[in-house]
Amino acid sequence: MPEPQLERRKVVARILADRGDMLVVTGLGSPTYDCAAAGDHTLNFYLWGAMGSAVTVGLGLALAQPRRRVLVITGDGEMLMGLGALATVAAVKPDNLAVAVIDNERYGETGMQQTHTGAGVDLAAIARAAGFRETATVRQTGELEDVVPILRRAKGPALVVLKVSPARDPLVLPPWDGPLLKTRFRQALLGAAAA
Amino acid sequence: MHAVSLTTEEEGVAMLAGAWLGGERGVLLMQSSGVGNCINTLALAKVCSFPLLMIVTMRGEWGEVNPWQVPMGQIAADSLRLTGAIVHEVDEPDAAAPGVEAAARIAFSGGLIAAVLLSQRMLGTKLFKD
Repeated sequence: MPEPQLERRKVVARILADRGDMLVVTGLGSPTYDCAAAGDHTLNFYLWGAMGSAVTVGLGLALAQPRRRVLVITGDGEMLMGLGALATVAAVKPDNLAVAVIDNERYGETGMQQTHTGAGVDLAAIARAAGFRETATVRQTGELEDVVPILRRAKGPALVVLKVSPARDPLVLPPWDGPLLKTRFRQALLGAAAA
Repeated sequence: MHAVSLTTEEEGVAMLAGAWLGGERGVLLMQSSGVGNCINTLALAKVCSFPLLMIVTMRGEWGEVNPWQVPMGQIAADSLRLTGAIVHEVDEPDAAAPGVEAAARIAFSGGLIAAVLLSQRMLGTKLFKD
């Protein structure tokens, strides 16, 4: 299969454009930087570790805030480490939770080694088989507009795999002070009294 | 209250972090064999000062018949302490409720990790007999 042409920074910026009151959780590594590059936001919770946990952080948030859209933006390596979370989410079926997997088929943080998605493992098919309501895989720029509404509005749980070019982008680092990220998120969501 | 079954215990560490971000609180229940599964993910609670309350039923600790349970059971409390968790070990039924209440208070008021370990001495031992 030819190398995907989608550029990850443009994909993430499009998904987050005019995001309204959406709550966003990012998986460690490049998706965290991509979301920071799209514009830092108090309602972004950036993971810098705890690999494999992005979807379950999103699940806890989605259950606590059932009227808000929760979008998890993570990478293929991070998602592969937490595959069981797809089964847990499918069993709970939160209709406000969506997952965008920015899939470059590489472990970008450790030297661009191939992940299992590069060997053909199909994350959208796994999510569909687990019981996600909406799943899709995007390879072409022209298909991006079709899946933005799935991520932003469709009844979840939804998972979209976005096959992107392995090209590296300049680092854009958001804060990594954990208490700062937690407290600013809670205050933006729950009010100034929340700490 | 939501009760959510997990595929592996560390999902609960992450889920309760997300719930706290959204203004809710919860408790993670597991068997001691799950403590090892949680270790790396506990960094999330520790580094962000998320409150985390865990209740752990012990295996491999007292009179265990299955030797495969013993290695993790014997290091569960020390492993939790190494992560920075506050550990209350309970081996009398009357001490269980006060232990959980104390752990909840210290976790939720301070953004700390607290675990209550329920001993096999009071839970009894699985004997693998019909």
